[in-house]
Order: sequence, then C-alpha cells, then structure tokens
Amino acid sequence: MTVDHERPEIQPRPRDLRAHLDEFPWWLLIILSVIGYMVVQIIVDPIYRNIFNTILQGLSTTLYVTAISFVFALIFGLFLGLGRVSNSVILRNLSITYIEFIRGVPMLVLIFTISYAVVPLLARTFGLPNNAISLTSRAIIALVLIYGAYIAEVFRAGIEAIGRGQMEAGRSLGMSRWQTMLYVILPQATRNMLPALGNDLIALLKDTSLVSVLGVREITQVSRLSVSTSFRYEETYFILTLFYLSMTLILSLLLQWIQRRAKIKR
Amino acid sequence: MVATSVDPMIRIENVSKFYGHFRALDQVSLDVQAGEVLMIVGPSGSGKSTLLRCINHLEVPDAGRIVVDGILVDNDEKHINAVRAEVGMVFQRFELFPHLTVIDNICLAQQKVRRRSRAESQTIARALLEKVGIPEQAQKYPEQLSGGQQQRVAIARALAMQPKIMLFDEPTSALDPEMIKEVLDVMLALAHEGMTMVVVSHEMGFARNAAHRVAFMDQGRIVEQGPPDKIFGTPQHDRTQLFLSRILH
Ligand SMILES: Nc1ncnc2c1ncn2[C@@H]1O[C@H](COP(=O)(O)OP(=O)(O)O)[C@@H](O)[C@H]1O
Ligand SMILES: [Mg+2]
Repeated sequence: MTVDHERPEIQPRPRDLRAHLDEFPWWLLIILSVIGYMVVQIIVDPIYRNIFNTILQGLSTTLYVTAISFVFALIFGLFLGLGRVSNSVILRNLSITYIEFIRGVPMLVLIFTISYAVVPLLARTFGLPNNAISLTSRAIIALVLIYGAYIAEVFRAGIEAIGRGQMEAGRSLGMSRWQTMLYVILPQATRNMLPALGNDLIALLKDTSLVSVLGVREITQVSRLSVSTSFRYEETYFILTLFYLSMTLILSLLLQWIQRRAKIKR
Repeated sequence: MVATSVDPMIRIENVSKFYGHFRALDQVSLDVQAGEVLMIVGPSGSGKSTLLRCINHLEVPDAGRIVVDGILVDNDEKHINAVRAEVGMVFQRFELFPHLTVIDNICLAQQKVRRRSRAESQTIARALLEKVGIPEQAQKYPEQLSGGQQQRVAIARALAMQPKIMLFDEPTSALDPEMIKEVLDVMLALAHEGMTMVVVSHEMGFARNAAHRVAFMDQGRIVEQGPPDKIFGTPQHDRTQLFLSRILH
C-alpha cells in the first residue's frame, strides 16, 4: 500500500475585501463628488447658474481651438519628427534647432511672440495688412507651432523604439526609406505613441487657457471678463475650474478606453 | 562545365568595411556563380553578416567593388533599388512586420515595389505559403506563429519579389531545435531549384546536402574556401581546424 501523504489542499487565496478596497479608484470618486457638489450648486443657486451659463458661451471656442490646434500640431509634429530622425544632416539639424527653440522659451512668452511679432511680420512679408489674421487664428497658429515641437519628440521616440531590423527588412524588399517609414514603421510607432499623444491632447486643452491673454473668448477669457463686472471671484473661478476638471477627466477616461480597444484590436 | 567567360552572379572585389577604426571586412574578394549555394562559416564577429549586408547595400563598403548580376552596387539610388529587387534577404530574427497578417506581410512589397494588384499579389502569396508548408496560417499575425513558421513566412516574403539571389543570415540560430529542420527543408528545396544562395549558418547537415562551396571567415577575411567535404574534412588552416573542432565537438 502506498503511503498516503497528508497534503494540504493548495487553493488560490480568495481575493479579500481589503484587496478590492485597495484597488478601488477612490480618487475618481472624490473628483466626481466635487463635480457632483458643484453641479448641485449650479442647479439650485441662480447665481451659480448665471455664471455657469456665461462661461458655457466660451466652451465651443475652447473645444474648437483645442481640436483644430491638435490636428494641425499632429501633422506639423509628424513632419518635424520625421526631420528629426532623417538621414539628412540639414533636415535633422533644422528640426532640432526648431524643437530646442520652442522648448527653451515659456509657452506664454511664445504665445505673445508668435501672435504679436512672428505672425504680423509674416503677414507684412506677404503684403497683408497687420490685422489680416484674427486673434483666434493667431492663437491657433501659436499652439500649433508650440505643440508641433512637443509632438515631434513623441514621434521621434515612437519611431526610434521600433528596431532597426524593421527598416532593414523593408529596405531589403526594395521599398524606399519613405515607403518603409509609411507602411512599416509609423503604423507600429503610432500604436506605441497613443498614451503620449493623449497626454499632449489633455495638456493642449489646458493650455488653451493661455490664449485668453490674446483676448480669444474661450472659457478663461469669458470668466475673466465676467468677474471684471460681477466681482464674483469665488463662484466664477470655482466653476471655471470645474469646467477644466470635467473636460480633462472625460478626455482621459475616453483615451484610456481607446487605448484598451487599440490593444485588444492589436 | 559552364564557360568561364560567364560573369558571376555576385562579384565582390577587395571589399573593406570599417566601424570607426575597427576593420570588420579586410579586402574580401569573392565570386558567386548563378545557381551556386555558398555557405559562409566562421566565429562570431568575423564579419559574416557585414559581408552579406554589403551585397544588398544595407552596409556601405568603405573600399572595393560589388557587382550583382551586372549591376554595380554603389550609392546610386537606382542601382540600389535594382539590386534589392533581385536580392532577397532572410534575417536571424525574422523581422516580419508585426502589425500585418502573414499574407499582408508577403503582399506589402509586391504591391508597393512591384506594383502588383491586390488580387495578384495574394495569389502569389498563397502559392508561396503552400510552398513553405503553411497555407493555413495566412490570416494570422506573426506573433501567433512559432519561430519556425515565422521564418518560413519571412522566406516566402522574400521569394514573393522573385529574387535571383537569396541571402540568409543565420536563419535557424534563433529557433528551437525542433523547428530548425522545417526551415532547412524549405532552404534545401530552394537550393535544388537552382536558386543562387549565400547562407551564413553553421548547420553542417545543410552544408553537406546543399552547399557547393564553403567559405571560412575570420577577423574580416576569407581564410579558406572549397567544397564542403574538403573544408570540413581536411581544413588547411589552423584557425579553420580550431573553429571546426569547436562546432563539431
Ligand atoms: N553597426 C556596427 N557598429 C559597430 N560595429 C559593428 C557594427 N556592426 C558590426 N560591428 C562589428 O563588426 C564585427 C563584425 O560583425 P558581424 O559582421 O556582425 O559578424 P558576424 O556576423 O560574423 O558575427 C563585429 O566585431 C561587430 O562588433
Ligand atoms: Mg552575424
């Protein structure tokens, strides 16, 4: 007869309540509570409601400036990034110069410089009157020029993360550098870049508040104009904060969802 | 015997290649005839990959001349493209495109370089998958395949361009032992069809069954070359003997 060893049953420990509590997104609950509290205020308090409605008038401008700037910054950033990893010494150095230039100057200063110095200068060069380009357009141009440099670095990192062997495989099949970049490297790089691009989109959304200094009537500027006559600083700036917080929260949840889908879809 | 006046498929003349001050290739000269299977053996770091990669201009020689099927491999983009269209390459790490299915891996360059239609390139791709023995894997992604299957897809991908020459850089050294044979069998079939092949590999079985000639490289030079049984049986140089004694135990 074989010896029957007394072996304890090995079972995975049931995940206890503690683990669930530790993993619960408490931060989200807290932020949602704050948002919920403010929403209740807006519903019950006519003063809050008035201010909310006022700021709401700037929302479309904020969203519009964010969306347009991001699309063009993506395109500009892609070309800058390709220049950055180019074999051509000239292209590479032009791109690096530009990127370092932008990264070395505060964004607020760049917004002034581009809107009030670079754009008018270019307008004059092309024989246009100084005020031919609206302030909103100047704001968009400034954000595109600034974020293009940031996004170029994202593209560079994404491209460099793809092994050298992929470029060689493409080249050995007779594809040109650009064809291999377009059909082999970039599709893989873009997938890796989604989180970083998402962060840049959220940062851009927040940075549109800076173009209020140009008088563009996005939500920050609308709030500033409103307090200058109502003097309701607390209500106005709390609601303005609520606007940005809700938008970045929605965006970041949306981006997480897209990333999860991209991963499943490979 | 073929007339000696026929130009070789690959002619390598006094090719040198430096990485900084390090001499990876030292005045290498080598001819490969049409239909010939040349095997290159030698210790790690002896310049085998570098030599192979000079043939399709993935590396640019610092001195010397390479002519492939009558085309001078220089910095002229037209020449480079013409040569790459004739030379297929198989890498140690497969280098399949991970974001494309197996069939799209094989079709991409056909469509972008050869300008074949989607339907035509797919017909060719399916025939090649049949040939390398994995027709049922067409719709999968590379990561879903075993190493041996991936390498066979890589061979099919190169063959789809209808090359006259195939270069293999240690095609089986990243594979688990049980998968080596399936890849070697495909290469063997290719050799028997008369493909011109340059193979960097230490697979002795393949050398005995398929290679017409073996070249032994060491420190950026071709130390000796000859028929497989001669190189493996009665090597002339000490370094060849030492190297062979190590890999043959
Ligand atoms: N891109 C490179 N930069 C610097 N050194 C290199 C590079 N590629 C290869 N080498 C060096 O050249 C030598 C020959 O390399 P390689 O041709 O890959 O050898 P093998 O394929 O025979 O192992 C090695 O010493 C290697 O370190
Ligand atoms: Mg090697």
